[in-house]
Amino acid sequence: MHIPDGFIGAGASIGAGVVSAGGVAVALRQAARTLSERLAPLAGLVAAFVFAVQMLNFPVAAGTSGHLIGGVLAAVLVGPWAAVLCLTVVLGVQALFADGGLTALGLNVLNMGLLTALPGYGLFFVLRSALGNGRTAVVAAAGVAATLSVVIAAAAFVAEYAIGGAGEVDIATVLKAMVAVHTLIGIGEGVITALTVGAVLSVRPDLVYGAPAAARPALEIRTAT
Amino acid sequence: MRYLVAGGLLVAIALAGLLSPYASSQPDGLERVATDHGIAEREREHALSRSPVADYAVRGVEDDRMATGLAGVLGVVLTFGVGVLLFGALKALRPRTEDG
Repeated sequence: MHIPDGFIGAGASIGAGVVSAGGVAVALRQAARTLSERLAPLAGLVAAFVFAVQMLNFPVAAGTSGHLIGGVLAAVLVGPWAAVLCLTVVLGVQALFADGGLTALGLNVLNMGLLTALPGYGLFFVLRSALGNGRTAVVAAAGVAATLSVVIAAAAFVAEYAIGGAGEVDIATVLKAMVAVHTLIGIGEGVITALTVGAVLSVRPDLVYGAPAAARPALEIRTAT
Repeated sequence: MRYLVAGGLLVAIALAGLLSPYASSQPDGLERVATDHGIAEREREHALSRSPVADYAVRGVEDDRMATGLAGVLGVVLTFGVGVLLFGALKALRPRTEDG
């Protein structure tokens, strides 16, 4: 899903860079408000975990593989704005490994960060509420939202290609191919996301941002010492 | 929380260090579509393609799996470090009126 240098023209790449920079600036402010200082190591861990799992390409069809993006996973664990920052850190580090073009960094932050975490968390929230807000609802909603987020990111690439591509390839054809293969990859994304959220929920439900209050133990009030 | 972070980091290091050398090396969905539809011809060489860890392989390490695993561990540790620094620094952006 990482766009390399050259796929998308300079204008669209710069445009995406501006949008992404704005989105990351908002994410910094919002995460500062919603993420308690105590959770900084947890958010760092989520970023490191996403980096690791993004290396684990799984086969999806003949001669094609896919890997986790992790936007919805991070959003359910640490909140959508902190998730945008997690994915931005991951994509920045990956650039050192020559994965994802430097001129395409804005495009990749937009597609794999902002457009998975924010709409993905919205979908997660709606699904979780519809399913009754229990522990199973959290896991199922995370999985389904994660699957859909991959399709959203794939569609975003096609839109960017339509704006900043060479134009010799039929857009409808690219859209069909991208959505088809990323639906399969999205199923893998959904399974990994559901399993990971389920595992963290069973150990420390209080640390899952997307778990409703009812699924978390009551907060205890401690006096300052 | 300290144990969760330490345990989680160990899991991430194990996945990147031990499992990633066995991951599929087939092109991913985007690369596949780009190759099939002639978009891939537009690709330019990555500015950091000479990086000592380009393509998730530590240069100079003979064994391919070892080179990939080492690159994975380096990446996980670096990502964790940058993440903790960034999220720790968010304190500076926090409104001062917040209680707790």
